[in-house]
Amino acid sequence: MIWFFLLSGLFLGWSLGSNDAANIFGTAVGTRMIKFRTAALIASVFVILGAVISGAGASHTLGKLGAVNAIAGSFTVALAAAVTVAWMTKLKLPVSTSQAIVGAIIGWNLFTGSPTDMNSLTKILSTWIICPLLTAVFAFLLYKLFSKWIVKLNVHMLRQDVYTRVGLVFIGAFGAYSLGANNIANVMGVFVPAHPFDDLSFAALFTLSGTQVLFLIGGLAISVGIYTYSKKVMMTVGNDIFKLTPIAALIVVLAESLVLFLFASKSLEHFLISHGIPPIPLVPVSSSQAVVGGVVGIALAKKGRGINYKILGKISSGWVTTPVAAAALSFISLFFMQNVFNLEVYNKGEGFSEIKVNDERIIADESIVKNFSNKNDKFVAAISGLDLVKLNYDSFGKIDN
Amino acid sequence: MTLLFKKTKLLEKKVDEYLDLVLKGAFLFRVGVKFYMDGEIDELENRISALHKCETDGDKLRRDLESDLYTETLIPESRGDVLGLLEACDRVLNMTAETLSQFFIEIPYFLPELKEKYLKLTDVSMDSIEQMVAAVRAYFKDVVNVRDYIRKVQLSESESDKIARKIKKIVFRSDLDLCQKMHMRYFALHIEKIADEAEDVCDRLSIAAIKRSI
Repeated sequence: MIWFFLLSGLFLGWSLGSNDAANIFGTAVGTRMIKFRTAALIASVFVILGAVISGAGASHTLGKLGAVNAIAGSFTVALAAAVTVAWMTKLKLPVSTSQAIVGAIIGWNLFTGSPTDMNSLTKILSTWIICPLLTAVFAFLLYKLFSKWIVKLNVHMLRQDVYTRVGLVFIGAFGAYSLGANNIANVMGVFVPAHPFDDLSFAALFTLSGTQVLFLIGGLAISVGIYTYSKKVMMTVGNDIFKLTPIAALIVVLAESLVLFLFASKSLEHFLISHGIPPIPLVPVSSSQAVVGGVVGIALAKKGRGINYKILGKISSGWVTTPVAAAALSFISLFFMQNVFNLEVYNKGEGFSEIKVNDERIIADESIVKNFSNKNDKFVAAISGLDLVKLNYDSFGKIDN
Repeated sequence: MTLLFKKTKLLEKKVDEYLDLVLKGAFLFRVGVKFYMDGEIDELENRISALHKCETDGDKLRRDLESDLYTETLIPESRGDVLGLLEACDRVLNMTAETLSQFFIEIPYFLPELKEKYLKLTDVSMDSIEQMVAAVRAYFKDVVNVRDYIRKVQLSESESDKIARKIKKIVFRSDLDLCQKMHMRYFALHIEKIADEAEDVCDRLSIAAIKRSI
């Protein structure tokens, strides 16, 4: 049954792979700098690596926004997000998986009467604006830097072509890793509190936690999306939206990858905290909007030529329409799931309690708290992100309401 | 990867060799005209053969380059411009070979006082080819300087116009037969046209260079 419920997440993963891989390799493949087969292989491998190794950070924030604690609920939330993405794509409206899943989770919160953590919501909303702005700044600076280098180095056009191809491969790999790390939360984040997977050992070489197994499955779904459908999208991105030179494309992908990485890297978060610098919130952001930011950054570096503000306005409107549509669809679907199909879309437990884990106060469902006593790892995953601090049962204590 | 770098090096060499041939063509034209003016027709014939060989070798190299760029899918964004440029350079080379051949075939009469002017016109036209080759080389590896070379080609072309106009004026104010006047005008026009063709290459080049900026 779990596999059936995971289907909606896998569908979401497939659509993410088919759409967002183009944000990394679109121009490279569209302009025939890299063969599709090469791009698909690199993107698939690195998306999976990013998801499994660094995927936990961004899903922690999503988990805080709303811990969807019943598998049928997770299924519905992911399905609502996936349908919103597919539907808006069909209507040719700008859409982001990140924004769809956030909307769908809020829909779940509204339906179940669970409180929406305003702190996490504000964090997420602010990153939606910061992400393209930051990519624009990075792209602007990188463009200036590359322009100077190219003039200074005087490399032959043919050799520059080879360097660009090599750069597109390596930066594409980094981009795919960052995409996997940041966006796996969109695909599998809602299943984290409710999945049944146990730890998986690979010949005593390394062990994947249950959540990492879940992310691996999500990563594979993204890969299937890349292999089966992304070529079409890549050819469109490469030729239609904005005519970029291969080097400008490389700059955009580098800027986008850096931003996705910043919003996904726990190591960086630790580093910043340990040096007393305020950390960057780990939030799933939209790679498509990051690309748009990057392109605008390049256009500004070229003194603002060719920016179509009308299209920019249309893209920004996606910030509102996508989550609202997803929330509404999620709410309605949850109603049907619960009342027509008699499926449990949220685990009522014995009511919500405020619990304390390593001095951090969290709203959690008591049924999960019970799970914790049985399956230590599950609980850690359930209130995701706390695997940052090694939990043990003694450090956990219930606070009276 | 190493293979790709090797292929690229080979192609860079081919582009350079091709441009060397265009330069050699300009040199042979300059020397050939001088030999004609000095009455050394045998030497002229030698230079014409050498120039035709340049033309043939150039055609072969250019076709090789065309097929390499397409089969290896190299510089996908710029290969149209590159091939267009090489073809335009080829027209310049063909025109020098064709014009020099006409000297040998038609054995034109030149007024003795105009010989220096014809030589000057040849020099200025060939300068424009040399600057054009420098501009094309810069397009490949030093794009910032393309503009300067293009400017030099434009100046040479304008100078060749002036000299050719002067020659034509003198010719048509002389007492020669109209057929002789027409003949001298024809050669001035054709030498001048080589500079025009070099300028056309540069017009193409200036657009291609803008497209090369990242």
